[in-house]
Amino acid sequence: MRRNGHGAQAIRATREDRFFYLVVNIFVGIFTLIILIPLINIVASSFSSPSAVSSGKVLLWPVDLSLAGYEAVFENKLIGTAYLNTFFYTVAGTLINISMTMFAAYPLARRNVPFKGVFMFLFTFTMLFSGGTIPNYMLMIDLGLINSRWAMLLPGAISVYNMIIARTFIQSIPEELYEAASIDGCSDFRYFFTMVIPLSVTLLSVLTLYYAVGHWNAYFDAFLYLSDRNLYPLQIVLREILIANTINANEVVDDLTMSAKQGMADLIKYSLIIVSSLPVLVLYPFVKKYFLKGVMIGALKG
Amino acid sequence: MFQTRGSRKTLAIRVRRCWQLYLFLLLPVAYLIVFKYVPMVGIQIAFRQYAPRLGIWGSKWVGLAQFEKFFNSYQFERVFFNTLKLSMYSLVAGFPLPILLALCLNSVRNKRYRSAVENITYMPYFISTVVIVGIINQVFNTRIGLFSMAYRVLIGPEVPDLLASATAFPHMYVWSGIWQSTGWGTVIYMAALAGVDPEQHEAALIDGASRFQRLLHVDLPAILPTITITLILRCGQLMGIGFDKVYLMQNDLNLRASEVISTYVYKVGLSAGGGDFSYATAIGLFNSVINLAMIVLVNFISRRVSDTSLW
Repeated sequence: MRRNGHGAQAIRATREDRFFYLVVNIFVGIFTLIILIPLINIVASSFSSPSAVSSGKVLLWPVDLSLAGYEAVFENKLIGTAYLNTFFYTVAGTLINISMTMFAAYPLARRNVPFKGVFMFLFTFTMLFSGGTIPNYMLMIDLGLINSRWAMLLPGAISVYNMIIARTFIQSIPEELYEAASIDGCSDFRYFFTMVIPLSVTLLSVLTLYYAVGHWNAYFDAFLYLSDRNLYPLQIVLREILIANTINANEVVDDLTMSAKQGMADLIKYSLIIVSSLPVLVLYPFVKKYFLKGVMIGALKG
Repeated sequence: MFQTRGSRKTLAIRVRRCWQLYLFLLLPVAYLIVFKYVPMVGIQIAFRQYAPRLGIWGSKWVGLAQFEKFFNSYQFERVFFNTLKLSMYSLVAGFPLPILLALCLNSVRNKRYRSAVENITYMPYFISTVVIVGIINQVFNTRIGLFSMAYRVLIGPEVPDLLASATAFPHMYVWSGIWQSTGWGTVIYMAALAGVDPEQHEAALIDGASRFQRLLHVDLPAILPTITITLILRCGQLMGIGFDKVYLMQNDLNLRASEVISTYVYKVGLSAGGGDFSYATAIGLFNSVINLAMIVLVNFISRRVSDTSLW
């Protein structure tokens, strides 16, 4: 009798739960489709022919499969230069970022450092208040960094947020390790290079991806400080082509009819979106993994 | 007296013992001073009438004249309320969705389905702002966009040009932001949910709680502290609409709704060939001070209410 009652309850609960799981799965699925459909449309369009794109025929599958858009993107000199520039800014900028961040985080993570609080305040205050666009711009003029590659590397040399993540991570290395090393005569320098760095591989990966993705996607500094087209990073060229329409297919391909030009102008945007996002997409599994780790380290502090 | 001299001495010794650590700090602190604190000194031009010939320190003091000029200008109301409206709308519409999605995603039992959903929904977060706006422009292009194709099939041939509409702008801005960042926004909540003790679920199960009841009475309370902190942080940024995305989405036709403080500062100060540095700095400073006050206020309240605070 009791067992029966139990069974009935279990069945009732299961039915209710089944309905719940169904609703949840459908909701999550719809949300995912809303994210996915525009992305698929962009990919499908990028592999279609110019005429198919400009007559609005491409939905979720390429129409008249063609690589014309990609050929035009790769033949464009401005895009090529910009791609190389961004590559340089990303590599050089990330190296500077990581060195500076670690240099700041290591002493601030150590115990018993006089005036540590003062330095910490100096860093965190900049998260709350800043000079603003115009004073920053005037500084760049005074330093002679307008239209210089350094304008892409120096202003954001340390992200205080990332520095705090690094500090939290280094603090988790047991202080006893340092005490043992210092008794054996290990200096603060040596301890940093022979102990902290090797123990911080995860942290360094997190910082690398945080900074590198940031540089790859950065737009604001270049927009303000660069006007020399040879120094333009990819995002500025993207803006000109995708949004401002100041460069169109007429510059990319000559001797075409008007409608063919319109088709190319439409198509090249789709291909360009893919090409410009390619490094981040190729590295996506790593990017995702280490961005997640970064969030976890940051949450440790909370 | 003797005591202070003694502790001063030990402090000196402690400082000297740490010289290598201070050497590490040398470059980062130099960076902070040059690139963060020197511009703060430059803020004083908000209270002067800056003339390049006279420099920051030589230009004439004008007191609060720049601020008065801004408050009395016809642009003030527009940019102030546009900024406030966009950020409030983003907060109200965008804040609950990651929580809802995280609670649902956490209830999904099929592991593969779950990780597929995670992989897809996180993705837009890593796309640059320029590309996001490029995607918006393509999708809502009245001639070839995906939205227009769907509109023609479902509603009618007259596709509205949402990219050039001031009334549509706030919706476009906010919902594209939601499209981009809701997936990634679930991450902190998923982390909190992963930390829920399975025994709590088992105990609730024995008491006959359905899965939905467990979501309400086990999962939701578990992420409540995270929700509070996230909400506090978001409220602290209430006037902090960034430049990039708004500027990229701006055009002459939606300017009425899309001019915000940060874009206006740029236009007054830097575009149109050598602008008014002092006036632009004053407008920027007005915004920074509001932001700072908001964060301090919100932190004060949260410390009173929930014992969680930023400092």
